[in-house]
Amino acid sequence: MRTSFLYIALMCSFFISAQQTPGPVQNQSILIQNATIHVGNGSVIENANLGFISGKISYIGQENPTKKYDQIIKGEGKHIYPGLIALNTTLGLGEIDAVRATIDDDELGSFIPHVRSVIAYNAESKVVESMRMNGVLIAQIVPKGGTISGSSSVVNLDAWNWEDAAISIDQGVHLNWPSPYTRQRYSRGQSTTYKKNEKYQQSIEEIKNFFDSSRAYLKDPYPVSLPYQAMSKALNNEAKVYLHADDPQQIKDGVEFLKNQDIDGVVLVSAIYSSEIADFLAQNNIEIAVKQPHNLPSLEDEDPKIRFKLASELLKNKVLLSIDSTGEMSRMNTRNLPFFAGSFAAYGLTKEEALQSITLNAAKILAIDKNYGSLEIGKSATLFISSGDALDMRTNDVSQAFIDGRKVSLETHQTKLWKRYQKKVEEEKSN
Amino acid sequence: MKRKHHIHIKFFLKTLILLFPVFILSQEYFPTNTGVKVTNEPYNAIINATIITSPGNVLENGIILERDGKIIAVGKDVSIPKNTVIHDKKGTYIYPSFIELYSSSSVKNAQRSTSSGRSAQYGPSREGFYWNDHIISDYNSHNDFLYDKKKSEELRSAGFGIINTHRADGIHRGTGLLLALSDVSTENEKIIDNKSAEFLSFSRSVRSRQSYPNSIMGSIALLRQFFYDSEWYLSGQAKSKDYAIESFIENNNLPKIFYSGSDLNFIRALSLSKELNIPLSIVGSGKEYMNLKEISNYQNDIIIPVNFPDAYDVSDSIIAQKISLGSLKEWNQAPSNLSSLERSKIKFSVTSDGLKNLSKFIPNIRKAIDYGLSEKTALEALTTLPAKILNISDLAGELKAGALANFLVVSSPVFGNDAVIYENWVLGNKHLVNSKKERKEEKKIEIKRPLIFDVLPVTYPNKAFGNKSIPKSQNIIIRNTTVWTNEVDGVLKNTDVAFSKGLIVDIGQNLKNTNNSIEIDGTNKHLTSGIVDEHSHIAASSINESGHNSSAEVSIQDVINPNDISIFRTLTGGVTTIQILHGSANPIGGQSAILKLKWGETAENMLMKDATKFIKFALGENVKQSNWSSYSRFPQTRMGVEQVFVDYFQRAKEYGKKWNDYNELSKKSKSKTTKPRYDVEMETIWEILKGERHISCHSYVQSEINMLMKVAERFNIKINTFTHILEGYKVATKMAEHGAGGSSFSDWWAYKYEVNDAIPYNGPIMSQAGVTVAYNSDDAEMIRRLNQEAAKAVKYGGLSEEEAWKYVTLNPAKLLRIDDKVGSIALGKHADVVLWSHNPLSIYAVAEKTIIEGAVFYDIEKASEQLKQIKNERNTVISQLIDAKKSGAKIQTPPIKEKKYYHCETIDIYED
Repeated sequence: MRTSFLYIALMCSFFISAQQTPGPVQNQSILIQNATIHVGNGSVIENANLGFISGKISYIGQENPTKKYDQIIKGEGKHIYPGLIALNTTLGLGEIDAVRATIDDDELGSFIPHVRSVIAYNAESKVVESMRMNGVLIAQIVPKGGTISGSSSVVNLDAWNWEDAAISIDQGVHLNWPSPYTRQRYSRGQSTTYKKNEKYQQSIEEIKNFFDSSRAYLKDPYPVSLPYQAMSKALNNEAKVYLHADDPQQIKDGVEFLKNQDIDGVVLVSAIYSSEIADFLAQNNIEIAVKQPHNLPSLEDEDPKIRFKLASELLKNKVLLSIDSTGEMSRMNTRNLPFFAGSFAAYGLTKEEALQSITLNAAKILAIDKNYGSLEIGKSATLFISSGDALDMRTNDVSQAFIDGRKVSLETHQTKLWKRYQKKVEEEKSN
Repeated sequence: MKRKHHIHIKFFLKTLILLFPVFILSQEYFPTNTGVKVTNEPYNAIINATIITSPGNVLENGIILERDGKIIAVGKDVSIPKNTVIHDKKGTYIYPSFIELYSSSSVKNAQRSTSSGRSAQYGPSREGFYWNDHIISDYNSHNDFLYDKKKSEELRSAGFGIINTHRADGIHRGTGLLLALSDVSTENEKIIDNKSAEFLSFSRSVRSRQSYPNSIMGSIALLRQFFYDSEWYLSGQAKSKDYAIESFIENNNLPKIFYSGSDLNFIRALSLSKELNIPLSIVGSGKEYMNLKEISNYQNDIIIPVNFPDAYDVSDSIIAQKISLGSLKEWNQAPSNLSSLERSKIKFSVTSDGLKNLSKFIPNIRKAIDYGLSEKTALEALTTLPAKILNISDLAGELKAGALANFLVVSSPVFGNDAVIYENWVLGNKHLVNSKKERKEEKKIEIKRPLIFDVLPVTYPNKAFGNKSIPKSQNIIIRNTTVWTNEVDGVLKNTDVAFSKGLIVDIGQNLKNTNNSIEIDGTNKHLTSGIVDEHSHIAASSINESGHNSSAEVSIQDVINPNDISIFRTLTGGVTTIQILHGSANPIGGQSAILKLKWGETAENMLMKDATKFIKFALGENVKQSNWSSYSRFPQTRMGVEQVFVDYFQRAKEYGKKWNDYNELSKKSKSKTTKPRYDVEMETIWEILKGERHISCHSYVQSEINMLMKVAERFNIKINTFTHILEGYKVATKMAEHGAGGSSFSDWWAYKYEVNDAIPYNGPIMSQAGVTVAYNSDDAEMIRRLNQEAAKAVKYGGLSEEEAWKYVTLNPAKLLRIDDKVGSIALGKHADVVLWSHNPLSIYAVAEKTIIEGAVFYDIEKASEQLKQIKNERNTVISQLIDAKKSGAKIQTPPIKEKKYYHCETIDIYED
C-alpha cells in the first residue's frame, strides 16, 4: 500500500512539472520574406513572401505586398512549410509505455463509437510538445482496440487544454476490420500456421448489425442509446469512417461494406498489402493513410524495402495518399513524421508529393483542408520555417513555427535538459 | 467359486499359449510354476533363402541355424542337427534386423513438474547431486522401463530388432538401455544391456522448474561447466560427494548420444564435442544437406532422421503466400538429404525418430533411395554402423555366428518397390509382420508410389535471398566517387579506392588497374566505410540467459544464427559489422559476439577474427525485473545491483589469486597441491579484471552509471562502453574522466520510466565532454537506417556531418576496439565499404553495394534479380505440391514461421 502511494505521488510530481506556455493569439501581422514556399499541394514558389494577419494567410507572392506588416522575418535560404499533420496517433493518450497508469488509449468493448479520444487528450504531454520542433503541428488522436474503437478528433499541438487544442471534434469513427485468416499456434516448439477465420462472416454480420441498428435507432432515438447515437455523424456523412485493414480481401470486404452502407468518406488506414488492389481503391475514391515505412516486411521472402516502396506503388494509381504514423513506439516516434515522408521520397515519390501526403492530403483525409494543410491565402497560418529540407533529418532545422498565426514554443522538456547540461559540460571543461 | 476359478485358469493358459507360440526360454535358475520346465530347445534353421549377411554380402540359398536366440551358424554348408525345426523360406530375402539408435519407446515419459508459483526456483530440487536439476547423469532409464508392446510391434514392422532407448528428458539425461523387441522374451532376456549409452541434449528437464538454464546458450555453458567439474572431481578434490558427477565418470566409456533438435543445434553439438574432446554421436535434423561442407569437417558419428515433411496444402493462395521459400525448399529438398550426405562421403546412421507414423519409415528410406541414396549405404546406416556406435558389432548388425538371431524375412530386396516384410525374428523368436494375404488386400488401397520431384539447388543460406555461392573477396576499384575517409583527409571528391585480398590497398585519383580489378563507377555517389553497430540482437538464436543474476559463462558466440533474414535486411542498410550483445535480464549478462555480416557464411566464419572480447552488463529496470512479475531474485533495487557487481568482482579477484598462486608453483609443488576448480563464470570475470575482456553496460539513469564507474575503479578497471546510456549527458564529464565510451540511441525515449529524461542531444553533449560516442540500433528494423540515426546528431545538437558519420562507423569501431581494422577508409584496413546513392546522412541515401573484406554481400541490382528468382522458385515448388497432392501424397497445413525479433528484454525459454 505504502509503495503504491509513493508511486502515485511520484507520477503526480512527474506530471505537474510545467510544460511550455502555449503561444498567444496573433495580434501583430507578420511577413516572411524571400523564402522558398512549399505550398503543400505539390507546388513550390521560390523567393517568395508570405504574410499572415490574425491567424490567416493574407499574402503569398514573389512581389512585395502593398500592405505594411508589423513584423518582418528574413527568409533568405529558408523554407516555409505548412504544419505537418500526423494521422492515426495516440499523442496525449499515453506518456510512458511501460507505466500502465499513464496509458489511456484503449477502452473496453467491441463497438464503442461513443468513446471519445479528445477528452483524454493531455495537451501538456511531454511527448506532444516534442512534436513541434520537427514541424509536426496537427494530429489526429485515435483510440485503439475493439471493432469500432471510438471516435477520433483533430487537435493542434500547442494548447492549454483539449478544448483549446481541438480543431475538429469527433470527426471520425474507427473500424478495425476483422481478418479473414487467423493465426493458429500449435503446442510448444511447433510453428504457427494460418487458417481461414471461421468467424469471419459472423464478425462482418455483427458489424452490419451494428450499423443497421444504429441507422434504425436514429429514426426514433429515445430512450438514448449511447453507442448508436455516436454513429449518427458517420451515418449522415458528417464524420468519416476510418477503415483499418491490411490484406486485399479484408480491404475489399470492408470497402464494399461501407459503400453498401452509403458511407461516402472512407479512409483506408495502414493498408500494408493494398498495392495489388490499388485500381479498385482508386475507382472507389478511397483515401489512404498508408503505414509509415519504418517497418519490417512481414514475410521473409518479401523485398526488404517493400514498405518503403508502398507509397509510390499506390501513387501510380493516383489515389489520395497520406501516412499512418503507427509502428514501433509510435507515439514518441510521431515526431519523425517528416522523415517517414522523406523515406517514401527516397523510394519513388517526389519530395513535393511526399510533403503533400503529410500536409494537404492529410488535411483532406481529416476534412480540415478548408483551413489547413496548404499555404494559401485565407487559410490558417499554421506553418513552420526550416533552414533546410524538412523531410530530411540532416537538414530539418525548425527555427519558427506558427499555429493559427500564434508563434509557438519550440522548447521542450528535452531542450531544457539539453541547454542545462550543455552549459554544465561547458563550465566543467573550462575549469 | 471353484468352477469360476477353474475357468479363469483355463483362460489364462489359453492366452499364455496365444501369446507365446514358442516356449519361454526362461533363465535356467528361475523356478517355474506354470507348467513343466523346458531346458532343451530345438534348433531352428532357415533354409533356401537369399541371405544378406551384411551390407553388400549376399548368400544365395543359404542357411541360418539358430538356437536359444543366437545364431549358431550362417552359410551354405551348415550341418543341421537332428533336433532342428526347418523353416523353408524359398524365394524370400533375409536381412539383419535394423538397429534404432535413438528411441524413447518402452520407457515411461518424464512428468512435467506441476509445482507452480509466481517466483522462480533458483536452486536444485535434490541433494547429493549436481547443483542443476537438468543434469541427471545418475539416472538410469531402466528404472522407468515399461515394455510397450504396441510401439514395439510398430518398430518391428519398420524392420527394427533392437532399440537403444531412454527417457528423453534433461540436458544430461542419464543412461539408456538396449532392448530387443521380442514380445515373448522375459525382461531378463530382452534387455540386452541396461546401461547401453548416455544421452544428452540442449533441452531442459520438464521435471524441474529450476530456472537455469533457460536458453540454448545456457545449456551449452552448463554442459561445459559440468564436463570441467567432472574432470576436477576426478582428480579427487571435491569435499563432498556428487553422485551425478560420479555416474558421469563411471559411464565415461559408454557411447554418448546427443539429441540436437535442429540444423543449427546440430552444428553447435559438433562444435561442442570437438571443443570438449568428448566423442558425441549426434542426432541430426534431417537438414544436413544445407551444411555439408561444415559437417564434413567433423569426425563424429551422426544419426539422421528421415521424417521428411508432408506436402503442404497450398489450395488457399493467401495461406500459400505466407509459406516461406525456406519452408518450401525444406519439403522439396529433405528427401535428398541422405544421398547428399553419401555424395559428400559423410558416414551416417539413420533413426526413425521424429516420424509420427512408423509405417512411413521404410517408404521414406525408399524415397531417399529414389532421390539417389545407394541401397548398401541405407542398409549400413541401419545395421552395421549403429552396431558399431553401440559397440555391439559382435551381437547385431550382421548375420553371423554368435550374433543375436535378429533378422527380417522379406518378399524381395527390402528397399525395392513392392517388398513386404513377412517376419521379423528377434532373439530367435518369429514375429509375424505381414502375412501374404493381408498384404495383398492392403495393396489394393495402397497409394501410388510418390512422385520424384526436381530438387532445387541449395543456396547459402538456403532460403530467400540466399547466395548460389558464398561471395568471395575480389580485386575492385571504385572510381570517381566521394569518399568519406573518417581520417584526417576528411571527405575526398572524385577519388578512387582499390581493394585487394580483402583490404583497402590504394586511395587516390586515376588509380591504375594493374591486377584485373573489377571497376565500379562511383560517379555522383558516396563511398563510406561500413556501418558498425555496437549493440545488436539480430543473428542469434537466444539473447538472454535469465536463469541467474550473473551468466558471465554464457556466450552469444555459441548461438549465432547465420541464417537470420535480418542479416540480409541489415546489409541493405549498409551495415557490415555488429556486436551481438547478451540481453539485459541480469546485472552480469553473457559474452558477446562480434560479427561480420557475411550473409551465406557459417556462424564460425562470420565471427570477426581477432576481435576483442566483450561482455554485457546491465543496470536499471530490467535487471531488477521491475516490469515483470518477479519478486524473489536479487537484486530488486539499484542498491542491490551494486552489490552484485562488488560480490562478483571480489570473488573473481580471489579466484584469480588462487590460480595465480597455483600457476606460480614449481612442477613438483603443483603435484602436491590442490588444483583450483576451473569455473567458466569466474574465468570470464577474471578476464575483465585482467583487462582481457571489456564491459559494455546497458544503462539509463545517472546514479547507476556513476555507481558502476566507482565500482570499476575500486577494482582498477574501466567500463569500456555504456550502452543506451540515455542519461549519459548528465555525467558526461565523469565518463570522460573515467574513460568510458557511450553507445546510445539517437532519439528513443518515453518507453519506460527510466528513459523519462532521455534526450536526442545526448550524443553531442557526451562528445563535447570528450566521450567517444556511437549510435546503436538494438533493433532489427532501425539497424537498417543507422545512417539516418547518425544524421540526427546533426539535427539535434549540431554536430558536423563528418563527426556525425563517425557515430555509426569509426566511433563504434573504437568502442569495440577494432578500429585498427574497420571504421574508416584507410590503407591496410578491411575493405568493408558501402556505396551510397546520396550523401550517406541524407534520408534519400540508399545503399547500393555493401562490401565486406572485398566481397560484395549486397548489391541492389542483384537483389532485384533475386526477387524474381524467389518468385520462380516459389512457383516451382508450389506446382510440385499441387502435383504431390494429386498423386495422393499426405497433406499437412503449412507451417508459417513467424519471425521473432529480439530486444534487450526478450526472454525465450528454450525447451526444444
